[in-house]
Amino acid sequence: MSVLNEWAFVGVFLLLAPIFPILPMGAAWLFRPSKPNVIKNQTYECGVETIGDTWVQFRVQYYIYGLVFLVFDVEMVLLFPWAVAYNQLDLFAFGAGFLFIFLLADALIYAWKKDVLVWK
Amino acid sequence: MECVGLCDVVLNLGVRNQELARFLASLIGVLLVSGVPLLTVIILILAERKIAARIQDRIGPNRVGPYGLLQTVADLLKLLGKEDITPTAADRILYNAAPIISFGSVVLLWAVIPFMYWNTPEGAANAVVGVNLEIGALFFVAIASLGTLAIMTAGWASNNKYALLGAFRVVALLVSYEIPLVFALVVPVMFAGSMSLVDIVEAQSHMWFVFMAPLAAILFFISSQAETGRAPFDLIEAESELIAGFNIEYSGMKFGMFFAAEFLHVFTNGILMAVLFFGGYLGFFYKAIPPLGFLWLGLKGSLIYFVFLWLRNTVPRLRIDQVMNFNWFFLVPVSIINIMVTSLILKVMQEMGYAPTVFAESSLIGILPLTIVMLLKDAIIIGFILGRLGQEGRKARIEATHAEESLAAAAAGD
Amino acid sequence: MGDASFSLIVAFTVFGILTLGGALGVILNRNLFRGTIWLMISLFGVAGHFVLLSAPFLAAVQVLVYIGAIAILFTFAVMLTRSLTQITDRFTRLWWNLGGAIVLFVVLVGAVIWPVWGGFTPGDDILFANVMSTTDLGIALVDRGSDLRQGFVLPFEVASLLLTAAMIGAIVIAREADDEEKGKRG
Repeated sequence: MSVLNEWAFVGVFLLLAPIFPILPMGAAWLFRPSKPNVIKNQTYECGVETIGDTWVQFRVQYYIYGLVFLVFDVEMVLLFPWAVAYNQLDLFAFGAGFLFIFLLADALIYAWKKDVLVWK
Repeated sequence: MECVGLCDVVLNLGVRNQELARFLASLIGVLLVSGVPLLTVIILILAERKIAARIQDRIGPNRVGPYGLLQTVADLLKLLGKEDITPTAADRILYNAAPIISFGSVVLLWAVIPFMYWNTPEGAANAVVGVNLEIGALFFVAIASLGTLAIMTAGWASNNKYALLGAFRVVALLVSYEIPLVFALVVPVMFAGSMSLVDIVEAQSHMWFVFMAPLAAILFFISSQAETGRAPFDLIEAESELIAGFNIEYSGMKFGMFFAAEFLHVFTNGILMAVLFFGGYLGFFYKAIPPLGFLWLGLKGSLIYFVFLWLRNTVPRLRIDQVMNFNWFFLVPVSIINIMVTSLILKVMQEMGYAPTVFAESSLIGILPLTIVMLLKDAIIIGFILGRLGQEGRKARIEATHAEESLAAAAAGD
Repeated sequence: MGDASFSLIVAFTVFGILTLGGALGVILNRNLFRGTIWLMISLFGVAGHFVLLSAPFLAAVQVLVYIGAIAILFTFAVMLTRSLTQITDRFTRLWWNLGGAIVLFVVLVGAVIWPVWGGFTPGDDILFANVMSTTDLGIALVDRGSDLRQGFVLPFEVASLLLTAAMIGAIVIAREADDEEKGKRG
């Protein structure tokens, strides 16, 4: 149960954390002038009116980075328990973790050889 | 149900209900813990401007108050009076939520940072800390990744092509640099055998991890510089290329929140680095006079923060392709090799009996052989890398000279 | 449980509302990016449930992997599609789909509740009896397993292989998409 006690603190923190930025933003809302007009509220791009849809199609490159990152993220997550228990592991268990990293290093080498990680 | 620490104090003050007492204790605790970053951010903005000015051979703010000390207050008052322009095309809810998430997540990081030593009864954290989570280090990474989402939201909600493009580039950069950051983080976790930041500090009581894993410390330093979007990785605010990046449409206090979040994030990373590699609150008399530990932590954090600033104001901005290639072809492979070699050597030395399994219960003599071996290993790796870099550089220079020569020859031929 | 049950129930309700509300948000709005944000709210609620079940490691993983990585991946994917951010067509055969969804929902909920029906009452201490520390988790993760305890070393390595395979597959598919795109342009 003590785990939950600790996390109650995190919960309270989570509730309060947004209030810190909201307070100055709210204060600014009270004091600031507000005279919007059509021209002022236009999208600020380069002086002329913006053309077309903003949400244009992006390159597949970003998606590949996202995917590779996801794979590594999952690996890191699995690596943390191994690192925490590291001092109590025997050689076999250590080797298991080592192999795990090695297999993913392989994936990185593959991505490297296929040239997908180069920003084009 | 135990009720220790602040909760006990609140109970003694006359609050009858235990649950209410616990809630109030949490509330007070949160306000105390978050007070530290909220107060420092005011000083940080001034410090950053002063240091940047000195590096660039200027004086910096010196008009408002003695030595310009009240400059941040003046800035804050000015920001309060600034008109806030929300573009018509923006997605209002997400547009307003982004700065809140950005600043809130950085403040939330401070929940797990141990401030000073405290001799507490059995079972409780041995330090003054917001909350000694068992997964502290992972909590830090997880909450920091909320900031990435905030940037993405800001860029998308602004409905501006430059903002979106800037956000996309920055997010691609942030997620890429998170990999070496976390891999570097695994090393202290492995040494301490715990993700709790208090345990990590305690494990360094005989030897700071920076001496045992300098390479991991360097990797962590570089990638946290990138995580905060500071030069040479400041694609976040590439004024000339992207006008300003993801926060182009923000004005007034909302922009101020992004700004403050960035400053605070840099300092938070400095403090985290002090905790992970430089022994946190450890220092002279940290046990006898606990507040001194707080001072040590602040000193170490500020020194690292200063190096962050120094780097920021000295090196030029890199192009996006250079930044990405540096990460994927240098930092990530090196950090993976670092983990593999470090874990291998540590296990071998533990099996041979030259290294302790519980660092905190060891002694300086017990930990010395491991430190020397680890230091040697890192020196060899760093030396190898520097050698390779030197070679590559020489090759590139020779190629460049050849290209120039052939160009000149072609021009002469015409 | 005693006096903590009230705050537990409050927390459970809040996370439940976040989870279900987020899920509803995903299917009810027509903008893919906003859908991603709703999904993250929903998954954040799930992370809260993990904490309530005394599995903080899983909660951190949930936030790190889903909000930190999947959300980013989704946005990149959304921006990869040309005009799907503003879907305005109404879907056909809506009622038929709704019926299917309800049936599936009932089956899934039944499958979750049936095995544990009557097994415990909400707020029971049994939920917190087997709290596992991250160290235990790490040991179990790379353990061969014996009569005394379970070991998960094989699934652990298989997970590694799976991740490698996923990355290779993703690269192959993405490269094809990239080549096609280039072909169109050229």
